[in-house]
Amino acid sequence: MVETGLVRAGIPTAAEILAPSPAAVLRRRALRHWGLLIGGTILAIIIVMALLAPIISPFDPYDQQLGRKLIPPIWHASAKATWVHPLGTDHLGRDYLTRLLYGAQISLLIGVSAMLISGVIGTTIGVLAGYFGGRVDMVVNFIVTTRLSMPVVLVALAVVSIIGSSLTVVIWVLGLLIWDRFAVVMRSATQQVRVREFITAAQAVGCSTPRILLTEVAPNVVNHLIVVATLEMAHAILLEAALSFLGLGVQPPTPSWGLMISEAKGLMFFDPWLITIPGVALFLLVLSINMLGDGLRDVTAPENRN
Amino acid sequence: MSERVLTVEAMQVDLPLAAGTLHAVQGVSFHVDRGETLCIVGESGCGKTLTALAVMDLLPSAARRTAARLELNGQDLAGLGERAIADIRGNRMAMIFQEPMTSLNPAYTIGNQLEEALLRHRPVSRKQARERALYLLDRVGIPSAAGRLKQYPHQLSGGLRQRVMIAMALMCGPSLILADEPTTALDVTIQAQILHLLAELQREFAMGLVLITHDLGIVARIATRVAVMYAGQVVEMGTAQAIFSAPSHPYTRGLLDCIPVPGKTRRGEKLGTIPGMVPSLIGLMHGCRFAGRCPYVVEACRQSEVPLAPGQAPDHLVRCIRHAELGGLAAHAARAVAS
Amino acid sequence: MSRPASANAAEAAPIVEARAVTRTFRVSAGLLKGKRTLRAVDGVDLSVRPGEVVALVGESGCGKTTLARMLLGLLAPTSGEIRIGGKGSVAQSRRQIATLVQPVFQDPYSSLNPRKSIGSIIALPLRAQRHPEPATWRSRVEDMMERVGLARRLYDNYPSQLSGGQRQRVAIARALINQPRLVICDEPTSALDVSVQSQILNLLEDLRRDMGLTYLLISHNLAVVEHLATRVAVMYLGRIVEEAETDALFRSPRHPYSQALLQSVLTPEPGRGVPDTQLGAAYPDPLAVPSGCRFHPRCVRVMPRCRSQVPQPLALPGAMVECHLYDAQCQARSTA
Repeated sequence: MVETGLVRAGIPTAAEILAPSPAAVLRRRALRHWGLLIGGTILAIIIVMALLAPIISPFDPYDQQLGRKLIPPIWHASAKATWVHPLGTDHLGRDYLTRLLYGAQISLLIGVSAMLISGVIGTTIGVLAGYFGGRVDMVVNFIVTTRLSMPVVLVALAVVSIIGSSLTVVIWVLGLLIWDRFAVVMRSATQQVRVREFITAAQAVGCSTPRILLTEVAPNVVNHLIVVATLEMAHAILLEAALSFLGLGVQPPTPSWGLMISEAKGLMFFDPWLITIPGVALFLLVLSINMLGDGLRDVTAPENRN
Repeated sequence: MSERVLTVEAMQVDLPLAAGTLHAVQGVSFHVDRGETLCIVGESGCGKTLTALAVMDLLPSAARRTAARLELNGQDLAGLGERAIADIRGNRMAMIFQEPMTSLNPAYTIGNQLEEALLRHRPVSRKQARERALYLLDRVGIPSAAGRLKQYPHQLSGGLRQRVMIAMALMCGPSLILADEPTTALDVTIQAQILHLLAELQREFAMGLVLITHDLGIVARIATRVAVMYAGQVVEMGTAQAIFSAPSHPYTRGLLDCIPVPGKTRRGEKLGTIPGMVPSLIGLMHGCRFAGRCPYVVEACRQSEVPLAPGQAPDHLVRCIRHAELGGLAAHAARAVAS
Repeated sequence: MSRPASANAAEAAPIVEARAVTRTFRVSAGLLKGKRTLRAVDGVDLSVRPGEVVALVGESGCGKTTLARMLLGLLAPTSGEIRIGGKGSVAQSRRQIATLVQPVFQDPYSSLNPRKSIGSIIALPLRAQRHPEPATWRSRVEDMMERVGLARRLYDNYPSQLSGGQRQRVAIARALINQPRLVICDEPTSALDVSVQSQILNLLEDLRRDMGLTYLLISHNLAVVEHLATRVAVMYLGRIVEEAETDALFRSPRHPYSQALLQSVLTPEPGRGVPDTQLGAAYPDPLAVPSGCRFHPRCVRVMPRCRSQVPQPLALPGAMVECHLYDAQCQARSTA
């Protein structure tokens, strides 16, 4: 109706050349973000290797061969180093590469599960507090403050020492303890969306509150959610390593990176690679997840209007 | 009689962006005399705000400014260093922004900020500064001024804050004030009051005033001369009388047709429109910037740059190659003229 | 000048009606001061009948947006009654009210969900009303897009790809897709550029005529009000202080506040200067409503009794005013 004048003029105008779609903008920004690309690549490699562990390695991570214990990795000058065990073996003669690969499975499993549990809890109460405000917000704030005043490691230690330790217990303890950042971030993100007029418009067309939360609020806070989720996953992985190192996390002989570091601490001065290898692996995994999270935050940040 | 306060010649502002260079202001020239109000009017993105910021040397750091001449009271500003320009800013020329809340520091009292504005540039005692602040607060119509000195910005209403901003701009007795949409954030009644005050003060202190706005009503009521900007260029410049009684550029005419005027436009009657959108200012452009939306466009409009040429009235400049022959068609625009 | 529809409007039942409506909010007045009660809307009567364009004008903070939210059924009145389609707003569900009244907001950047496509935004009312035959939605949305001047090919695009004017057209299409009887337009053009403003105003007028719509127009731009409205209600600090037919109000405003408002309209007439409204620098504070007539601290024609006595609404033929200046008429009427 309005654009007819332009068609007559016969040249393409700003009205006809549309700005790129949000998806295209996202793609272009992601492909230019080095941190995101590097972090994503490292993480993808770690995930693939963890999943393909049985194919990559011919050994059983639990198979003890005391006859071949403490073989050093291949870059070591020692004559014992062999390509059969590229990363050597530990003090019980288990192939270190195999344990590292299966350990990655454990770390990722714990990271993802704890992140999912804490994400569901934190997002639910955060979104409710942000959307409804008032009394709901006061109650949620009180719960979050209570949670923040509890030292995570000490509470985890207490729980584990009371009900005993297993993979499931570690996942649930972590998941039930680290939802605070989800709640805080989701609350403020929802508060920002809540005051936008499209929420009022949705109310005025007769949408129910659950529908508004799911179709109007959720798509606008999901970018914040993804960022917090990656950071909390890294957080959970580090906490698991710390608990396992203290002997209160995953129990031997399960291959866990924290446990591997813990088991090697007695041999630290004689065979330092026993600590370095899982330590570097842990560092790379957490670094790559954090780089990915930071990258996602940058890429999904809203563009300036001008 | 007419003493030149500000001279701007062929000023250019470029913003480097990822997609290319954005030519925000393209060779803008104007001047302001003592006691004169120049209104720069245009729609969002036409470069009017950046023009003001360029004069004040307050552009974002990425922007590049060039100008053939940029003089305040005969003194060259273009070549001055940061220190020297900071001594002039707030002293001999001052700026009033659209949103007074963001230009007042919420952590200091009104009195403190007013006094600092003077102490920064003049060798006076704090007591003298306070006296001047009191005098000006009273002058800009703030009731119980003495009490207000101890208040913080958030304790004042929007209208009062804008009055404080005006008082602050006047602290050093500047010869030029640049006001960027000073009343857009305010209610109509407050807007009329603030503009009334500005006009009065400008006469009283014989300052040059550059008022930037998108509101043609404000322009008509307050301007001595008007510069209409479109897509980074001045497309028409002249006295308010000339611009409103015989608008020569098709864009100016289009703008005047767009606004309903109580008592002039009939209820429910179709208002004029300007179809299409402003062209992108990124990269190279040639020909008339308005060609894509102009109802009178001919092939020649797109061929080469259109110069700002003298129009019918004295002191009237128009950037349109057909303005002379279109003059006769302008009868319909006469409805905006005061009868 | 008056439209055929407004001639018989007086007899038709109002689409929305506010009866002695008050809405208060508890706000914290500052540290250590505790909470205070803000009377955003204070005893307002207003009705909008089919075919009318009623304008609600007043300064920011006068309660016009709160009143609009109540008329949309989004906010319950503290006291009094809001009737929508002849029934109380509290007794009706959001979905029922939505079929009768729809809003168009000021800021088209805030009123469209940036994560949803244009088609999905306009279809939202159909989904919310669980409209039958989902297969026909797309063509209905496209027809509506055409009607408001949007190209059909924009169906799968996103708000960030559109200009301000196009976005406002999307918001209008969303409001109209379910054919409501009343559209509440809250400053529909004030966030737009001058040249886009006129396009939207033309569109609103075209749609009103073609679809038989009724508008409640909230605006501070009196030129826009004069152009579109048939009747004007002037609000000041939570009360409607004057109500009249547009022509009558613009010709001879009765309330001193209406007079000041009209004086403040800056028409593009060079040489006339900026008018002096003589309102003074005092600003209305809804947390500290003045005694007597709430306008008295700013009024140029203030009288002693204005400071102590609350003026009563005076019903005139087709109009209403609330001001002590007209007390004599009030008495004459009551003795007659």
